[in-house]
Amino acid sequence: MTLANATVQSGQHGPPGSPLSRRGRQGRQAPLINRNAGTWFLVLPALIPILILSVGPLLYGVALAFTDAQSGRTRSTQWVGGLNFQDLLHDTLFWDSFRIGLVWAVGVTVPQFLLALGLALLLNQNLRMRWLARALAIIPWAMPEVVVGIMWRLVYNPDAGVLNEIIRDLGFGDGRDWLTGLATALPAVIVVGVWAGMPQTTVALLAGLQNTPHELHEAAALDGAGAWRRFRTVTWPALRPVALAITALNFIWNFNSFALVYVLTNGGPGGRTRLPMLFAYEEAFRYGQFGYAAAMGCVMVAVISVVLALHLVGRLRGGEDR
Amino acid sequence: MSLRTSRSARTGQYVALLGYLVFLAFPFLWLISTAFKPARELGSLHPTWIPEHPTLDNFRQAFDEQPLLQAAANSLVAALSAALIAVVIATPMAYVMARHRTRLSAAATGWVVVSQAFPFVLLIIPLFLILKNLHLINSLWGLIMVYVVWALPFALWMLVGYVRAVPPELEEAASVDGASRLRTLVSVTIPLLAPGIVATALFAFITAWNEFFFALVLLKTPEKQTLPVVLTHFLGAEGAAELGPLAAAAFLATLPSLVLFAVIQRRITGGMLAGAVKS
Repeated sequence: MTLANATVQSGQHGPPGSPLSRRGRQGRQAPLINRNAGTWFLVLPALIPILILSVGPLLYGVALAFTDAQSGRTRSTQWVGGLNFQDLLHDTLFWDSFRIGLVWAVGVTVPQFLLALGLALLLNQNLRMRWLARALAIIPWAMPEVVVGIMWRLVYNPDAGVLNEIIRDLGFGDGRDWLTGLATALPAVIVVGVWAGMPQTTVALLAGLQNTPHELHEAAALDGAGAWRRFRTVTWPALRPVALAITALNFIWNFNSFALVYVLTNGGPGGRTRLPMLFAYEEAFRYGQFGYAAAMGCVMVAVISVVLALHLVGRLRGGEDR
Repeated sequence: MSLRTSRSARTGQYVALLGYLVFLAFPFLWLISTAFKPARELGSLHPTWIPEHPTLDNFRQAFDEQPLLQAAANSLVAALSAALIAVVIATPMAYVMARHRTRLSAAATGWVVVSQAFPFVLLIIPLFLILKNLHLINSLWGLIMVYVVWALPFALWMLVGYVRAVPPELEEAASVDGASRLRTLVSVTIPLLAPGIVATALFAFITAWNEFFFALVLLKTPEKQTLPVVLTHFLGAEGAAELGPLAAAAFLATLPSLVLFAVIQRRITGGMLAGAVKS
């Protein structure tokens, strides 16, 4: 969604030793807010909505996970402690969706990164059709996810779709019903996920590439380093922080995604593409199990926290290398 | 690029680039092609790439079947209000975050990062209950409130970057000349920020225009629903949608964000990102 964050994040701290980072590490505690008159006046218009409509609801959501909250019930909601989590532990459907969510998140994030890296490297070259690729790469990004889903349903359509027509033309038989086949549904939606998220990743990596000093490349080339060696010794070390940030965020966004798969398969066939968000949405807004769905959300947060932690470790290690 | 690249490597690069172009473009071209095909061509067993008898029937039919104009108006109101409100309240806060290192700024930065990682289901259930108590379910105002808060993290992110790009010396010069703090902000900083503020607002508009999940949960009746939600009504029960009108409506829904994105594309891909990564 917001590539801005993806890449800005990697640059939010000044480089080691810069005035920014030194100031941050000083022992003296920073004030809560600058004392200048009017600063509160500047901050409050955004701060109040954030507290009321974002921070507050998040805490409320976590609290709901420990209650038996349901929609349309006359009896009042009660605390049930860890009961929802105990139930979740034995809910095989939830763990199926959880596993599918992990397969989907990895299955989208990894190819997306590799393809985007290739495209970013190409766009960083002086090639002739570069502008066209840049312009085209914007399309998946600017499209509503619902339209991306609809568009690919037209591509995958068993009779009128272009994919089966290509297969027929190449003489590989009649093609198949990709989105409703038990074996093909998940791979088919993964391809769409890769397509939809490639632009953000490409742009982030391209920005990282353009920060690599060109002289280093030339020096390495003069030393007789081949393309692969130059990539490994010059390009990749400079790209690493951006690459780590964008893959971690992509993994999280993909794990949490909803609209694309809702439109493509709505979780079918037989739950083969039912991502955790789809499962939680149905639980909350079709069956009205608010407490139970909130508990699912909490488990998802736990997984994401682990990914974020791993990502931070990766960044720290990257810092030592340099 | 001054490095010498061998001819075969160059050829390989062009082949790869061509592959990317096809992969990126063909679904979109197929959408357009389907939107302009008459029903007869859509029903044929061997679909054509380019419609042999292009027609606007699908567009007419799409408007007949679903309240597309109403939905577009709803989307416009929601996205425009959310973008304007978000930018108006985010700009002063971004200014404070960029210029002062306080614990509040640090906390806000942390919140911006964390808010990206949250599964929306944990947010939507309490929001649904809160808005229900306020009688703001099935109301565009409820949706706008949610969109404002949802747009704030990246609006703050973008704006903090733009504020940092304004040299503090300019503000100091103004205050030396005797201008008050607020005066400096309004007459020196804001004008310099204007292009960044516009880009942020457009980006917020596009994301709100494209948003689906909150709108699906919060809006119940077709006359209140936004365009992405109404589009899913074309899908029918068993995926037995009428492909032509579906494609036509989907194509139309994409145009506004495509156009706006083309406008701000350069700012996003170039300036903002490069600056952000360098910081």
